[in-house]
Amino acid sequence: MTGRHRTRHRTLAGGCAALALLLAGGAARAVEPDEMLADPALEARAQHISKELRCVVCQNQNIDDSAAPLARDMRLMVRERLTAGDTDDQAKAFLVARYGNFVLLRPPFQPDTWALWLGPFAILAVAGTALVFAARTGSTDPAGDDETPDPYS
Amino acid sequence: MRLSRPALLAASVAPLALFGVLAVVLWAGLQHDPSTLPSVLIGKPVPAFDLGPVREGDRGFRRDDLGGKVTLVNVWGSWCGACKMEHPYLMQLASTGVPLYGVDWKDDPADGAKTLKLLGDPYQRVGNDQAGRLSLDLGVTGAPETFVVDRQGRIRYKQIGPITPEVWHDTLQPLIQRLEAGQ
Repeated sequence: MTGRHRTRHRTLAGGCAALALLLAGGAARAVEPDEMLADPALEARAQHISKELRCVVCQNQNIDDSAAPLARDMRLMVRERLTAGDTDDQAKAFLVARYGNFVLLRPPFQPDTWALWLGPFAILAVAGTALVFAARTGSTDPAGDDETPDPYS
Repeated sequence: MRLSRPALLAASVAPLALFGVLAVVLWAGLQHDPSTLPSVLIGKPVPAFDLGPVREGDRGFRRDDLGGKVTLVNVWGSWCGACKMEHPYLMQLASTGVPLYGVDWKDDPADGAKTLKLLGDPYQRVGNDQAGRLSLDLGVTGAPETFVVDRQGRIRYKQIGPITPEVWHDTLQPLIQRLEAGQ
């Protein structure tokens, strides 16, 4: 093995390590220690809820991950609601009442989201039917194509 | 394999049609700005609040100040660049008698006061919402945002982003006139 090859391997290994670090870093959370609740059970619930709520400023992050000031306000609000005795659903509903269903990273199943939830299955069904139909019409002619020889045979 | 004529036609037209439908849907999606969320609070009453002062020696801004007439509630902050851009036009609107109310959002009241001293004060009443409690109740996602509040104290519209002459003439002014006429 030449020296050049070894350098390249080292670069590759370094790249992998950097990538691994980057991926690990992606799970970093934005919650500050002073935000956390003293009760670990309540805090765990707050974190679980926060992961399901969208930061409305940086829309592809959940509020548990987001460093945006508004996400912090929303985290504090979730904790305030839980401390006040809200269930997880009530705490989420509190924010939905203000920001709409958009704050939920997992949209609810209701009439205006039917297309969203069922669309993929509908497309799959249509495509599957078309495929079966195409295969059937093909099999009605079992002799295959007699006139033009298969160019690859 | 040999396909019948209609099947052949369907097989050649279907992908094109599918492409056409997808193109239209995706193009429509591009016209939509995902950062402007529609407010879910339209038609709902403004929640109760009592904000501390921004101006020195002032009493601030509270829920009872709204209602009776159509008002505009402007959410701003001294840290907010787009609000500074909007400010001269707010001054102009205020000088023509438009009832503007201010919520100084996530801001040190001293900083807010400084901004108003520097750029002018277009607000009939202005309060500080440093904790962001009212703004959260109003579903504010960024500044500036302006709520049109009707005579019964209900939110009728939310303007996301600065009020420009265009926004004023095309949207806000006609709406305010309609609401004032009691519709």
